[in-house]
Amino acid sequence: MTTDLDRPPPAARPTGDRPAPDAPRGVVATWFSDGWTVTWRNLLKLRRNPEVMVFAVLQPIMFVVLFSQVYGGSIRIDGGDYTDYLMAGIFGQTVLFGSTFSGYLMAQDLKEGLIDRFRTLPMHSSAVLVGRTNADLVLNTVSMVIMIGAGAVVGWRFSDGVPRFLAGVGLLLLFSYAFSWVMALLGIMVRTPEVINNAAFMVLFPLTFISNAFVQSSNLPGPLEVFANWNPVSALVQAARELFGNTGSAPVPDTFPMQHPVLTVVAGSAVMLAVFVPLAVARFRRSSSR
Amino acid sequence: MVGRTIAVVAMIEAHDLRKTYRSRSGEVRALDGLSLSVPEATVKALLGPNGAGKTTAVKVLNTLIGPDSGRASVAGVDVLAEPAQVRRVIGASGQYAAVDENLTGRENLEMVGRLYHLGRRRARERAQELVDAFDLSDAGDRPVKGFSGGMRRRIDLACALVNTPPVLFLDEPTTGLDPRSRIGLWDVIADLVRDGTTVLLTTQYLEEADYLADHISVVDHGRVIAEGTADELKAQVGGHRVVLTLVEQADAGLARSVLARRGTGEVRSDASGRTLDVAVEAGPSTLQGVLTELDDAGVRLHDAGMRRPTLDDVFLTLTGREQADDDESEQSA
Repeated sequence: MTTDLDRPPPAARPTGDRPAPDAPRGVVATWFSDGWTVTWRNLLKLRRNPEVMVFAVLQPIMFVVLFSQVYGGSIRIDGGDYTDYLMAGIFGQTVLFGSTFSGYLMAQDLKEGLIDRFRTLPMHSSAVLVGRTNADLVLNTVSMVIMIGAGAVVGWRFSDGVPRFLAGVGLLLLFSYAFSWVMALLGIMVRTPEVINNAAFMVLFPLTFISNAFVQSSNLPGPLEVFANWNPVSALVQAARELFGNTGSAPVPDTFPMQHPVLTVVAGSAVMLAVFVPLAVARFRRSSSR
Repeated sequence: MVGRTIAVVAMIEAHDLRKTYRSRSGEVRALDGLSLSVPEATVKALLGPNGAGKTTAVKVLNTLIGPDSGRASVAGVDVLAEPAQVRRVIGASGQYAAVDENLTGRENLEMVGRLYHLGRRRARERAQELVDAFDLSDAGDRPVKGFSGGMRRRIDLACALVNTPPVLFLDEPTTGLDPRSRIGLWDVIADLVRDGTTVLLTTQYLEEADYLADHISVVDHGRVIAEGTADELKAQVGGHRVVLTLVEQADAGLARSVLARRGTGEVRSDASGRTLDVAVEAGPSTLQGVLTELDDAGVRLHDAGMRRPTLDDVFLTLTGREQADDDESEQSA
């Protein structure tokens, strides 16, 4: 790069003096750098977007406090404490809903002109999606940390040691990251932030409630119990619960996702990534501006 | 039309671009065989009404959309075959300021620099240079959200210049700006061209094309219907025009018949019906004749004079041809 440092006007380069290609840095290096740059931009944006931050910070606190204090006295958990039992459910719910931001914010970006600017830059176009999902992973991590603190305040304790606790947190974040890509693809396809939000709510709300997130599935009426025992959200919550040592003494329902929740979540996340990363990138490349 | 000098290199070339959008309401031919060529270090303006295909043409050239058919090259690089190469040598600034509202002006510039792979340090330096050059020092450190339209466009244009591109695409750069911001932006663009940048800009403002552009392509219905320098285009519509403003609207019929008889084209009138104008062959003597005749008839005038045709006249004559068909061009020839 040669540019006129001394010269006030943003001088145009005389032709022939082409911008240096990315020779000193390879494709992989620029891919990482592009992904990081977009992540940085998204994080700045999140920080300056109070509505998103309020949602990410206050809502988890609210859920932890409300559920543990309001239902704590009336819901019995076999061989355990409701607050302990509840926390994995709240974690699961929060990362699930937190991931919908990827779709919402992706759609919002596509509505504005900035994506057009990105498309005229010599950047890796997948970086737009990488940056989106990375930033949302950070957002979900922040939510997690706050919830862990709030949980500690209302009396939640994990009982299987720090490594398994960290594995549980890691698993929740892995799932949230994989699910972010699903939502990002939805954002590219739907393109209306409000629709994404409402649609996600309509699907995810029942999905979280007809699960073991807040109550034992054995307490649900017949068909809902069956649904809950196959529900991927139940698997996620069950996996976290097992790793935190918060399951209580109730027998684990006899379905594959509930018997092997960690395996189900890891495999499920891997499949989501394998399918939706290439789909989202391809769809983003193909989608024309506005 | 790559006129005046011989050894010109076309920095932007488009040949027979076609693009049809299909929607539920039918097909829209956004580009219908559009061709153009912009020599190095010149400004070409695409002038045309809304929906003429100007923006689509620019989007094809700056790699945002692919045409259905046709060829295009920028700085000698094939746009369709090597879009990634093209993106290294162009800057693009659009009708809707493509900046991040939540970032400051400086952060926007830095982000773009990093995406050009300048490296973080160089990106930061370049952002500073542009903040200085564009007088953004006040605004550089506040989120763009709170800025006026003019300031946003400046940041947007600055973003397009991060890579000091030899080729710049400006899609309606001053649409919606107040006159002062518009002139400020014109000065910036004129400086760039002086330094050797090749610019393709679209505009609805004839004044803007007249002021900035070396060559103008008038676009309508997805194709170039006329091109040349502003003077060449004006010459196409003939010499002088005689313009009258009447005191009484009631005299319009009489005045119109006098002008029609002495002029060489269709008599046009403004919305109030009191200002009439017509193309004439011999300006001063015709004006004299018109004035004498109207004076004899007792018609009172607010104003009377002659003027050279403006690009407005060109535009109306060229794009109005569909309705007026061929007799108008015969008359004005």
